[in-house]
Parts: sequence; structure tokens; C-alpha cells
Amino acid sequence: MCASCRTLSYFGEMRVKVTVLFFAALREQLGRPREELDLPSNINTIGGLRDHLRARGGAWASAFAPNRAVRAAVNQDMAQPAAAIKAGDEVAFFPPVTGG
Amino acid sequence: MKVAVQREDFDLGAEVRAISKDSKVGAVASFVGLVRDVRMTLEHYPGMTENAIRGIVDQAASRWQVMDCTVIHRYGELQPNDQIVLVAVASAHRGDAFAACEFIMDYLKTQAPFWKKEHRAGGAAWVEAKAADDQAAGRWKS
Repeated sequence: MCASCRTLSYFGEMRVKVTVLFFAALREQLGRPREELDLPSNINTIGGLRDHLRARGGAWASAFAPNRAVRAAVNQDMAQPAAAIKAGDEVAFFPPVTGG
Repeated sequence: MKVAVQREDFDLGAEVRAISKDSKVGAVASFVGLVRDVRMTLEHYPGMTENAIRGIVDQAASRWQVMDCTVIHRYGELQPNDQIVLVAVASAHRGDAFAACEFIMDYLKTQAPFWKKEHRAGGAAWVEAKAADDQAAGRWKS
């Protein structure tokens, strides 16, 4: 883990920096292709991050609603909700794929 | 083994010839996916896409005799009848070539990060994933 990825916030709480990417319908709905996030260290799985984003409300609440099919990848590998995320990771959320 | 994710079109004949040069190759099976009757935009996840396809090709090569293989997938703006995807597998015998080609295509449909957006007269819409595609990939697990 890089030293600069873990920082102490103003409150002395451990924070975890990750890059989050959004693709296709999610990217359009959320109005952004990527975001740099500084997460509380208790958000350490894909499922936890999804809940965290849903709690922003509005478009985030509907994009990450429990009944919406959302897939994820950690460092460019497909990942399940229980997959761990750590400082410096590249996390991506997207709809089920439709290539081929 | 060649994996390419590109905007440009491809030449099926040239790609098949390129993996047919070894005199031990006795069979090449190829699949070309085409755009049907609608204009579309294909988005992908640069970096992950190539790795995901390579992982699928490696799995195929561990299950069947694959002497060479080419996978090309296009992205960007595509018109009706355009070629979207090519999978070509060279092997000593047809059984391995057919099976590996179909396996790669089935897994690509459910594992490679591409998304199609169709542009129709009434507006644009993202294509929904099909349960049949998951079932097609799932049958290889037995």
C-alpha cells in the first residue's frame, strides 16, 4: 500500500483512497465517468461501497437500488459483493455486459 | 494468440490465414458477430477488456487443443451489417476448434466489459443483458 493512500482525516480517523469508475447506463445516470473517493476505513468491500454510494440519495439511490443489476470489478477483475477493497484500488461499477 | 479491441473493421480472410500457417493446423473455426438492423455505439472498459478476453482464451486453451487463436472486438460507432466481433481458433482437428470457438464466444458475452447502446428513431437505449447468455456460458461448467 502506498504511504500517501492512507491518511488521517481532520478527526484522526483512518481514510482509504480509491478510484471509482462508472460505465454505460450507470455513467450516464450518475453524470460522471469516475470519482476519487476518500472512504472511511470501515467501508472495505464492494457491497459496503455500493451501500455507501446508494446512501447519497437521488440518482445514486436509484442507480444502486437493491433490485438493480449492478456488476463490479476490482483492479480490472470481475468481483463479487464480498470482495475486499483497499487503498489505491481501482473499483468499477457497471450494468451486466452486452458485448459480442 | 492475438487479442485486439479496436475501432477499425477487420478482414476475416486475412485473420484466418494468419493462424493457419503452421502445417500441423488441420482446422480453423471462426465466428463473426454482426450488427443487425440498428445503429449502435459500443462502450468498453479500456484495460480490463483486453485482460478479460485473454483470461477467457487461456481457459479455452486449457480445456481444448488450441494451436492459435485470434479475438477482435470493435467499439465505437457501428452501422447495420457492420462486423462487431471475430473469434477464430486453429487446432489439429475440428472438434477442438468448434468447441473452443463457441466457449470463447459464450464467455465473452457474459464476462468481457462491453455495453451496446442502440440508436433508433424513437431515441437511444442501452441493451439489456439476456438471461439466455448467462445460460449459454453456464453450460460449459458441467
